[in-house]
Amino acid sequence: MTKRRQVLVWLAATALALPGAAMPQKKYDSGASDTEIKIGQTMPYSGPGSAYGTIGRAELAYLQMINDQGGINGRKITLLSLDDGYSPPKTVEQIRRLVEDDGVLFIFQSLGTAANTAIQKYLNARKVPQLFVATGATKWGDPQNFPWTMGWQPNYQSEGRIYAKYVLQHKPVAKIGVLYQNDDYGKDYLKGLKEGLGSKLSLIVKEVSYEATDPTVDSQIITLQASGADTFFIFAIPKFAAQAIRKTYDIGWRPLAFVNNVSSSVASVLEPAGLDKSTGLITALYLKDPTDPQWQKEKSFRDWVEWMKKYYPQGDLTDISNVYGYSVAQTLVQVLRQCGDELTREALMREAASLRNVELPMLLPGIKVNTSATDFYPVEQMQLARFDGKRWALFGEVITGENR
Amino acid sequence: MSDAATTVEFVIPRYAGLSLRAWRTIGLVALAAGAIALPFLVSNYRVFQFNMVLVYAIVLLGLNMLTGYNGQISLGHGAFYAIGAYAAAILMDRFGWPYWATLPVAGIVCFISGFLFGLPALRLRGHYLALATFALAIAMPQILKYKHIEHWTGGVQGIVIVKPDPPFGLKVTPDQWLYLFTLGVLVVMLVIAWNLLRGRVGRAMVAIRDHPIAAEAMGVNSALIKSLTFGVSALYTGVAGALGAIVVQFVAPDSFTAGLSITFLVGIVIGGIASISGAIYGALFIQFIPNFADQISKAAPWAINGVFLLVFIYAMPMGVAGFIRMVIGKLMRRLAPA
Repeated sequence: MTKRRQVLVWLAATALALPGAAMPQKKYDSGASDTEIKIGQTMPYSGPGSAYGTIGRAELAYLQMINDQGGINGRKITLLSLDDGYSPPKTVEQIRRLVEDDGVLFIFQSLGTAANTAIQKYLNARKVPQLFVATGATKWGDPQNFPWTMGWQPNYQSEGRIYAKYVLQHKPVAKIGVLYQNDDYGKDYLKGLKEGLGSKLSLIVKEVSYEATDPTVDSQIITLQASGADTFFIFAIPKFAAQAIRKTYDIGWRPLAFVNNVSSSVASVLEPAGLDKSTGLITALYLKDPTDPQWQKEKSFRDWVEWMKKYYPQGDLTDISNVYGYSVAQTLVQVLRQCGDELTREALMREAASLRNVELPMLLPGIKVNTSATDFYPVEQMQLARFDGKRWALFGEVITGENR
Repeated sequence: MSDAATTVEFVIPRYAGLSLRAWRTIGLVALAAGAIALPFLVSNYRVFQFNMVLVYAIVLLGLNMLTGYNGQISLGHGAFYAIGAYAAAILMDRFGWPYWATLPVAGIVCFISGFLFGLPALRLRGHYLALATFALAIAMPQILKYKHIEHWTGGVQGIVIVKPDPPFGLKVTPDQWLYLFTLGVLVVMLVIAWNLLRGRVGRAMVAIRDHPIAAEAMGVNSALIKSLTFGVSALYTGVAGALGAIVVQFVAPDSFTAGLSITFLVGIVIGGIASISGAIYGALFIQFIPNFADQISKAAPWAINGVFLLVFIYAMPMGVAGFIRMVIGKLMRRLAPA
C-alpha cells in the first residue's frame, strides 16, 4: 500500500514537473491562439491596381472554405484584408494598423512591388513575416538581408533565363530582337534573358523599349523587323503584348516569337490580338489558364470551378488571378499545417522555408513548390508552351529558372 | 472660425461672463493642449495616422491660399507634394542630410517651381488653369521614373528612408517625436498663413479672386500677386511633401498619382474653401474616410467614398469650417445678452 502510494506520488510529481512532456507543446506569438490565427494583408481594392483586388477576394474565399471545413488544427483563420489603393503611403499605414493595433501573426500576400518595398524594412525590423508577396520582382528572395520576406511566383528574371536556355538549345544562331517595358518589370526580364545567354550575348541584335503610357508600339515593331531579327521577345503588359503580336503579323514579319507569362492569357491577350495571328507563339507557364480548354475536363480544374461558384460566385471564371489567389492560399494552408501548434513568427518562417515538393492542383503537372533556408523563391519551375491556334500546347520538360 | 468675426466692436459682448476674445484664447489653448497630449494617449499606429493628418493639413493650407483665397484652381498640387517628398528623400538618402534640414530646401525648390509654373499660368484662367495643372500631376510619376535621373530617384523602386530618432535623448517613441515635430511645423505654417492672409497681401489675393479688374484699378499688381501665391502655395505643399516622406519613410512614383491632387482638392472643399481652420477638417476627411469606406465595402470602396462626399457637400455646402461657423454664430446669438 505504502509502496503503491509512493509510486503514485512520484508519478504525480513527475507529471507536475514536466507539464509539457505529456502534451505537444503549444507556442504562440501575437495573433495566434487555441482558436484563431490572425493574418493581415493589403490589397488594391481601389485605385489604379484594382484589377488585382480579385486576388485578395479569392484568398478570403479560399480561407472561408478552410474555416467551414473546421479550420487548421482546430483554429479558424482570420485574414484581415485592407485596401491600400495601390498607394505605398497607404500601405505603410494599413500595415502598421495590422501589426500594431490588430496584432496579426504575419503579413500574407500584400500586393505590389512599390507597396512591398515600402514595408519591407519595417516588417523585417519588427521580425514580422512578410510572406509570399504578390509581385514577380526578383528582389524578394534575399534571406541574408531580409530573412522575414519571401516571394511566391516565378520571378521575371528566372523566366527570362528559361527562354534563354531554350534559344541556346534550339536556335543557337538566332538573331534576337527584344521589346520591353521601360521599367523594372521589363528590365528584370531583359536582365534574366541576358544572364541566360551568358557568353552568347551578341545574339541580341536589337533592344527596343516602350513606356507604359505610350499609345501603341507600332514603330518599335517596325524598328525590330528592320534590324533583321528572326527571334522576337515580347516582355510587355497585356495591352502592349496584344498590339505587338498583331502588328508583327500585319507587317508580314514572321519571327520565332516569345511572349512573357504575364501576357499569356488566351482571353485577354491572344483573342484581342487574333488567335490566327498568335499561332506559333511561345511562352512559359506555371499555372493552369482557366480559359485554356485543355484543362477543363480535369478534376483539379472542376474543383476550382466548384469552389469559385460556391465561395466566390461574383468572381470571374476566366481570370487567372483567381487561380493565382487560390494556389497561394493553398500554399499558406500547407505552411500553417506544418507549423502545427507552434504558431510563432520564427516557426512560420522556418516552415515556409521548408516546403519540399509541394504539389498544388492548379500548378502545371510536374511543377512543385520548393524552398529552403537559402532558397526563398517557392515557385521557380515553368514549362514552355506553344500556341496552336486554340490553346497553349505544353512541350518539353519542366524547366527551372534557378540561377544556381 | 474667426474669419467672420471682424465686427466693429462698439460694445464688447460677453458670453457667460467672458468676452469673445477670451473664449477664443481658451479654445486655442485647449486645442493646443489636446494636440500635444494626443500622441501620448493613443497607439503608435494612430499617432502615425494623426501625423499624416497634420501633413495633409499643411498641404490644404497651401492649396487653400491658391484656390480658396486667390481663386486659381489647381489640380496639380500632388506634383509639388512629390517634388518636396523627393527633395527630402534624395537629400537624406544620397547626401546624408538630417531630416529637419531638408524641409527648407524642399520648400524653396517648390517655391521656385511653383512661381515659374505660375508665370505662364497667369494667362490661363479657370478651367484652363485647372487643366494645365492637371497635366503637371499626370506627368509627374513618369518624370520621376525618367532613366537619366534614376541614380537619384531610384526609378520605379523609389527610395527607402530611415526613420529619425528623437533628439536630446527625449523619452518618446520616434512616432511621437515625428508627430510633435510636424505639429510644430504646422503651427509655424499656420501663423505665417494667418499673417499673410489677414494682411495687405491677403486682401489683394481676395480682391483678385473676386474682381480682377477692380483690383488692378486699385493698384494691385495682379501678375505678381498671382505668381507669388502660386509659389507660396507650392512651398507649403513641398514642405508637407518632405514631412510626408519622412513619416512614411518611403517615396516612389506610385505614391504620387494624379488621384492625389484630386484628393487634395476634395480636402479643401470638404474642409471649407477660404478658411484656415478648414485645412484641419479637410485633412481629417481625406485621412480617415477612405479607411472607413474600405471597412464598409471591399467590393467598391470608392463608391462608398463618393457617397460620403455627396453627403458632406449636401449637408455642409460651405465645408465643415463653414458649418461650424454657422453653428457657433447661432449659439452666440442665443447666448448674447439682448
